[in-house]
Order: sequence, then C-alpha cells, then structure tokens
Amino acid sequence: MGLERWIGRWPVYRQLTGPDRLGRGKAAESPRSAALGPRTDRADRVADSVCPYCAVGCAQRVYVKDDRVIQIEGNPDSPISRGRLCPKGSASKQLVTGPQREQKVRYRAPYATEWQDLDLETAMEMVVDRVLDARRKGWQDSDADGRKLRRTMGFAGLGGATLDNEENYLIKKLFTALGALQIENQARI
Amino acid sequence: MGSNMAEAHPVGFQWVMEAKARGARVIHIDPRFTRTSALADQHVTLRAGTDIAFLGGVINHILSNDLHFEEYVQAYTNAPFLLSERYQDTEDLDGLFSGYDPHTASYDSSSWTYEGVEAEERPGRRHKEQAAPDQHGSGGPVIGGAVGDIAADPTLQHPRCVFQVLKRHFARYTPEMVERICGVPRDRFLDVCRAWTENSGRERTAALVYSVGWTQHSVGAQYIRTASIIQLLLGNIGRPGGGIYALRGHASIQGSTDIPTLFNLLPGYLPMPDITQENLADYLDGVRRPDQKGFWGNADAYMISLLKEYWGEAATADNDYCFDYLPRINGDHGTYRTAMDMVDGKIFGYFLLGQNPAVGSAHGRLQRLGMANLDWLVVRDLTMIESATFWKDAPEVETGEIVTERCRTEVFFFPAASHVEKAGTFTQTQRMLQWRDKAVEPSGDQRSELWFFHHLGRRVKDRLAGSTDDRDRPVLDLAWDYRTEGDEPSAADVLRHINGIDLRTGRTVGGYPDLRADGSTACGCWIYSGVYADETNQSRRRKSRFEQGPYDAEWGWTWPLNRRVLYNRASADPQGRPWSERKALVWWDEDRGEWTGHDTPDFEKDKPPHYRPPEGASGPQALSGEDAFIMMSDGKAWLFAPTGLADGPLPTHYEPHESPVRNLLYGQQANPTRKVYGRRDNPSNPAPPEAHGEVFPFVFTASRLTEHHTAGGMSRQLPYLSELQPELVVEVSPELAAERGLRHLDWAHVITSRTAVEARVFVTDRMAPLRVEDRTVHQIWMPYHWGSVGLTTGDVVNDLIGVVAEPNVLIQESKVLTCDIRPGRRPRGPALLEYVQDYRRRAGITPQTGTRIATTGDDHRPTHTEPHRGEDSP
Repeated sequence: MGLERWIGRWPVYRQLTGPDRLGRGKAAESPRSAALGPRTDRADRVADSVCPYCAVGCAQRVYVKDDRVIQIEGNPDSPISRGRLCPKGSASKQLVTGPQREQKVRYRAPYATEWQDLDLETAMEMVVDRVLDARRKGWQDSDADGRKLRRTMGFAGLGGATLDNEENYLIKKLFTALGALQIENQARI
Repeated sequence: MGSNMAEAHPVGFQWVMEAKARGARVIHIDPRFTRTSALADQHVTLRAGTDIAFLGGVINHILSNDLHFEEYVQAYTNAPFLLSERYQDTEDLDGLFSGYDPHTASYDSSSWTYEGVEAEERPGRRHKEQAAPDQHGSGGPVIGGAVGDIAADPTLQHPRCVFQVLKRHFARYTPEMVERICGVPRDRFLDVCRAWTENSGRERTAALVYSVGWTQHSVGAQYIRTASIIQLLLGNIGRPGGGIYALRGHASIQGSTDIPTLFNLLPGYLPMPDITQENLADYLDGVRRPDQKGFWGNADAYMISLLKEYWGEAATADNDYCFDYLPRINGDHGTYRTAMDMVDGKIFGYFLLGQNPAVGSAHGRLQRLGMANLDWLVVRDLTMIESATFWKDAPEVETGEIVTERCRTEVFFFPAASHVEKAGTFTQTQRMLQWRDKAVEPSGDQRSELWFFHHLGRRVKDRLAGSTDDRDRPVLDLAWDYRTEGDEPSAADVLRHINGIDLRTGRTVGGYPDLRADGSTACGCWIYSGVYADETNQSRRRKSRFEQGPYDAEWGWTWPLNRRVLYNRASADPQGRPWSERKALVWWDEDRGEWTGHDTPDFEKDKPPHYRPPEGASGPQALSGEDAFIMMSDGKAWLFAPTGLADGPLPTHYEPHESPVRNLLYGQQANPTRKVYGRRDNPSNPAPPEAHGEVFPFVFTASRLTEHHTAGGMSRQLPYLSELQPELVVEVSPELAAERGLRHLDWAHVITSRTAVEARVFVTDRMAPLRVEDRTVHQIWMPYHWGSVGLTTGDVVNDLIGVVAEPNVLIQESKVLTCDIRPGRRPRGPALLEYVQDYRRRAGITPQTGTRIATTGDDHRPTHTEPHRGEDSP
C-alpha cells in the first residue's frame, strides 16, 4: 500500500486536504460506510401500496427481497402524500413483519382457560356449522302482524373500516343472502 | 373544528400548512390547545358540545349584516322556497319543532315541507329506529313536486321563505349568547366571523375541516348541517378552496360506508328494505318518486342492477329480480343494540373483522359482558386483541364479573393477511379509490377477508345444496362465481363486478349513466361504476403528480365518475361563467357546447346553463341548467331540510346528554329525539334539570394521538410507536390540578357512572378552564388507545362512556360527557364496583336518569327506559 493511499485512509487528512472541511461527509467515511447503500436498492421488486392506518390514503412503496418485505417507504409520486408518511405509516414494516403477527388459528373451547391449536380446514367447517345453527335459531319469517321479515337475528358482525372494498362487498353480500342484518363497522362508531 | 388534523391526519395536514405558507389564515376551534392549534394562526377554546351555538352565531352574524353571497344563495340553494303555514319553529315551541311526540321522542316531519307540496303524515319513530336519514348518503330525500311547482320568492323577503325562517331561527344566537354558552369571549368570536366572511365570496373561498370531534355527539349530523348552512350562505360549496372536509379515521372507512357493512344500507346508499315494503315497486317508491328530478330518480336502475349482481340469472323481471330474497329491517339493529342484545342472550354468534370493540367501542364493559354471553365468537385480526382474550384478561375478570371457567363463549381466532399480503382497494377520505398490489404472500394460516368470506360462502352453499327450504334459496341462487387465482378469489374480478357489467356484451359499463332498470346490467355499487371502465382497473392508475395537473385525474379513481369536487357546477355562475377567474374550476364552453375545466364536471356534459326542462320531465332530464345539486330532488342545496332528518329541519343548540349546565336558549335541554337506552347496565350521569349533577362536575372529552391507532391493535404492539407514546395520561389544567390535588406525573383516576379508569396526570395550560355563564367549567382530556394487550398497556378509556345515540345515524355521544377526577389509583377488584356504586348512589342514578327526554312544558313527560331483564349488572 502506497504512503499516500495509507495516509488517505486517515479521516483527518482527508478533512484537511479535501472539500469536506467540516468532516461530516466523505472525509468521515470508512471503507465499510463508503460501501453502504440503502436496502431498498437490493429489493427484488417494489409493490405499489397504500398506508393501512388513517383515511388520508398515503401512497406506500413496499420493497420485497426473497419474498419478504424489507422496507416500506412513502411514494413521492402521490398527489395526496408527496412521499411523506407519519410515525404510524413509517412503522408499518413492523406492523406487517413483527413477531406480534399471529400465524396459526387459535381456539378457545367453552369454559377453557387456555388457547389450543386447530387446523384451518377444521376451523372453517366448525364456523360453517355454527353459522347455520345460529341462523336457524335466530330465524324470523314474519313479525307479529304477519309482515315479511325473512331474516335471522342469530348472529352479527362488526368490522370493515380497515378492510378492502372488495372484501366488504362479499361480506355484505353473503350476510344478506343468509338473511343476517346485524353487520356493522366503525363508521357507526 | 372537531378535528385535531395535525395529530390525527398529519400527512394531510401538510396541505393546510402549504395554504398557510401561501397566505391562508388557519383558525382552530377546539376545546383543547393541540398540535393543530400550535400551527394555526389562531386557536379558539370552546366548551365541548357547544359547536352549534358557536356556528349558529356565525350564521346570525352573516344574516344580520347581509354578508351572504346573494347570487349564489338565490340560484343554488332553497332559500327562496316558501314553507308550509303549518311549520312551527323552535322559536315558537321553546326548543322544539312542530310535529313532536314526547311519547316516542320523535317527529312527524310533515309540517316541515314546502308550501304547496303534498305532505303525507310521516311518523318519525320508525325512521329514527332505522337511522333512515343515514340512507341519504348520496341521493337526497324524496319530496313531492318538481321545482317549478314550489312556491318561491326570489327577493328572499317573504316571511315564510327559507331565508327569512333561517334568519328568525338563528336571531337569538348573538355574540353575547355565544360567550355565555361556549365560553368564547365575544371579540374572539367576532374575529372568527370576520375572517370567515372576508375570505368568502366571488374572489375568495374558505374551507372547513371536521372529524369525529363532530360526529360523536347526540347532535352530530346537525353540527355538520350548521357548517353546511354557513358554507352555502357564503358560496363555499362546489368551488375550489371551499367545501367541508370530513376527515375519516380508517384506511377504508369511507369505502365501508359506500359499500356498507352497515345494517340499514345496501351498496351505494340504497336503503335496506323494511317491513313496509312488500315488493320492489313499494321499495322503489320509498326510495324515489317516479316523477322525481335529478340522478337519484334513476334509483330503480341502480337497485335492479344490484339485484342482478347478487342473484345473477335467478333474478328476472317476473320475480321482481329476487327482491323478495332480501331480509327486512324493522328497527334499530345497530352495533350498540346488538351488544345489548348479546347481554340479554338474544344473539348466538359474532364475527369481529379487524375491529376491537372491547377497547374501541363506547362502554367497553357492555361490549365485553355481551361477548362473554355468546355461543361463539370469530375474531379475525393481525394480532391477539382484547376482544379475543376477554375471557381470561378483561377488567371484569379482576372484578369477578367474568369467571373464565364459567364463561361459555367459544372463541375462534383466525390470523388475517395484512395490507401488503393482499390486493384490493381502499377508499380514502376524499372518496378516492386506490388499488394496492399484493407484495408478498401471507404466511401460515393468515388469509384475507376475501378468502375467508369467499370460502365460507362456498362451504355454506355446498352444505345447503339440495335444500328445499325456501329460506335457503337466496344462498343457493347467490352469484358466487368470482374468478380465483389458486384458492384466492380475484379482488380485481370482484371490483369489476362492483363497477358493473353490461350483460348483453359481457363488458364493463362506463359509469352509472349506463345502468338500466330492465335487467340488462349488473352492478354491485352504482356510485363506484366507472372504476373499471374500459375493462381497466382505473383505481390502479399511478401517474405521477410531477406529470399532471393540480386535480391529478389519473391518480387512483374518485367516485362519482372521477369527479374531485362534488357539485362543481356551482363553481360557475348561473350563466355558466366562473364566479371569478381566480376561482375558476368548471365552466360552460359555448363554442364546443359542453362543460369543461380543470375537474371533471359534476353535471351533464352537454346540458347548457339556459336549459329548461320540458313539461312533465323527470329524472336527470328534469334538472335545469342551473340545478347544480344534481342528486337533490329539487336540484337545490338545502339550507332548510324539508324532510329527511330525524331531529329537525334546522340545527338547534342542545346541550349534550350529560352536561353541567342548563340550556340557555330553550326549555328543551338536549336533543329531543336522541336515542337513549335506559338500562341498569347503561347508566347516565344526571344533567339539568335533573338534580345531583354536581357529583360529576367536569366535562370529559377523548381523542387520539399520532403515534397510536384507535383501539391500539395496530400500534400498541409495535416497538417504535409504543416507545413514542408509552403510557396513558389524563390531561388537566393547573387550576383543576390545584382544586383536586392532582400532581403532574402522579396517578389519578376519572370516574363516571359506568366505571373509573386510572392514568398518569399531565398538567398543562392547554386545557384552559372556561367561564360559562356564572361559573368556571373545567375540561378533562384522555387519549383512548389503551387496553390490556401489547407492549404498552393501560385502562380502557371507552369504559367511562355510556351509550346514547344521535337519532339520524345512531352514532354514540362519546366526545362529551361529565365526570369526576380524584388523585391516586382507582380501587381494584370488587372494590371498584362498590366505589362506582357509591357514586351512583350519591348522584341518585336509576335507569330512568337521563331518559326523560322532553324537558319543555309540564313535568309529566314520559321516560324512555327498557324493560328490566333479570339481574343484569351493575
């Protein structure tokens, strides 16, 4: 290694001789920091998304590598948010990749003190049983005056304000076909 | 007003700051000095729950000083129309309008109509129970007669014209009265009046922003009505820089209202049928009159297209397009009624879909006790939330009211896919649909709601196959054949069906004007029609703001028909010219014979301003070239609502259900039509004229923080956010701290007749005491995000709040109530129940408290309680 290159690795020397006189940029770099790049550069692909918190609708870019989310950033192209995200939107990578995310169906039997595991297929079939049972128990053909009701008051639902339009569409459509009325969401709250 | 935009919608607030940098004046009117106040030019503190008194004062100021935009008001509002001689105002009836029935606490609104318009008796009870006014989310309510038939005085001088009635109604909302009711000094109030009126008119416009600080009141809809009246009088609706902005709190809460998961609505604000409608013709007559003018006159095409989407080939003209398959409503089936019905054992099962009522709904105790009395509960969420674990860690386990080993509720927890693990659209707060691409696959058992409900429906259909039971026909005939990708249904295909399909060609329709009432189109939500025009997902457009103009028409897609400013015909004068060049938005181009401009015109493109409808016209054809409000049945914006509202045609100041003071304006204390649920498990704190209000002497309000999200399920689990806002606090003024012996950062607890919750004390001068009439009123604030699960935990603030609902939309009053506050931690275990019981005893609280709704006239007014059912607690 030549003397000049050896001295050139010394930050003070670069600070005194180079353009970065305050030592806050290039002069302070180590070989490691010089080689650093944003992890967004290493993404295999970027998906266009929208922040899931409030209703402003800030555009997000979701950076994916090896089929895992590695970063979520604001999208500067958006006329709504101009690339900005608030603390919640900025933390949304923790929201989708954090250890708090449940992976498995959990089941609490009546009177039980703990959760137990249940496979998804079994759970779906059990829910079908219960929906049909509650529907039957709460069924009303007509009111006291003989006016048509054609409905069930046996089960209810709450939710939708954080869901997609397409999801809400299927929820309302299926509830309605089953005769179930009591479906509500945060908009009433 | 009623919004802490910098805190709750911070990225949207950049535009307010941008406007301020360009010279706009920003005024924040709110009980608390907040992050928004800190960035505004001016902050005005007012007593929580008195916004109508304040805004009514602004209306009075405008009308007393002739500051309204005369030509706009004359042309585009119903100000000139004459009212029926039968109409009586709150001025005549001590705070009530004509038609009030104290026994049902509701109005027959037939006397509120225009002169010469046929008025049938309209018993209000059913409308109130079904939150029927909620169904006017897009199309206005039905009135008889076309506009030509309505008697009018274009000079606005007739004593019975809307303009003069408005003037008289608000005459007593003087600056002195505003000061006495709201606690706002009159010079500060007049300063706001001057700023608002001086920045409105031909050359200038003013915008108003609100959030749930307005909707969560027993008079919430009328708060917004008052703002609408001001903005119409000043010509600020349909114009650039004007308007009223509802800032909604969830990524797709606008979407979940448009495509409702709500009991009383079908997609596109079509009402759910009720028991009075035997067939499709009855139903359609209730929605719109066949001779009605405006685009709501085509509601038959919207409804029949929806039925075709629901039931496909089974829906034919011969069978009323399967109208009969729809369940009927006959009362209040809202979320709070449902929670009470759970407590009463009437409901067997419950789905929670990304919602956490144990923390996020008012009266958390009621919610949890209800869930503890179900056969089964399905919770679908990203993480474990309090509503899934109540059987082992609810506050009621500590008090002994829920015993795990005796709690029968069977709970299924299904992990949900997150926003990056599924494709679909959110509708943001300005009605814009934005598509999200799927970034990654969900893992383990995580699934989208689309997957869950598609497969639930498929399995139910399989299970019922071959059934001959008539009640199963709607399920068996249900069109449920959406395209799938693997076992995941295609959200794009669902959106395509929401857009609507021409069944003759199989291609998507271009917009709602293409929908037909003859069964030849199928459309899941008429207001979203156009989002998949030309077989292209318009909501997926992402043309950069750097490459297009200020209205950014090619980013996402906004309903209706990609119009960014609703009713923008009003941005031009009756002749079709912009009111001013500075405020030009859309205008009539005589040479090309069409409306043009910066935004998509919210008007028929080729209808000239001088167009007058032929005799006998109906629907869109009956709209004249000056009828800017194309969804209204008279083509005009309503200063006075001749029908459609449960609680009066004009906003009126009523005190909150729980208030420390008597209404200074009228004998009627609070909203005379509010929905009370007089039950032992839903007690109210007493309010004047009831005695013992001094037991709960302070005003309480609650709201959110930037760093947390509603019930906390998406924030209290995240390390960054939990570190930024690590603990529940209660904010009080130094004066109140001195009065009650509260010390900064020590513990205190807040008490209502429902429960007590504890938090760290936060003493600031942001909570200034107010001088109201002859006394000092202290206000207390808490954020409401905490619960028992997550990295940061705390008491559930919503447990303090009881359930009282606004009559038009059945939203609870949770932004203002009364309370007491004491230093130190609250009692634990069963001692908490005894402690709160002692407060109830001292305040003389019974299920009747707060349910004597009518307070004018004699003392023998009825109470509104529910029959007592067994030993419901407390």
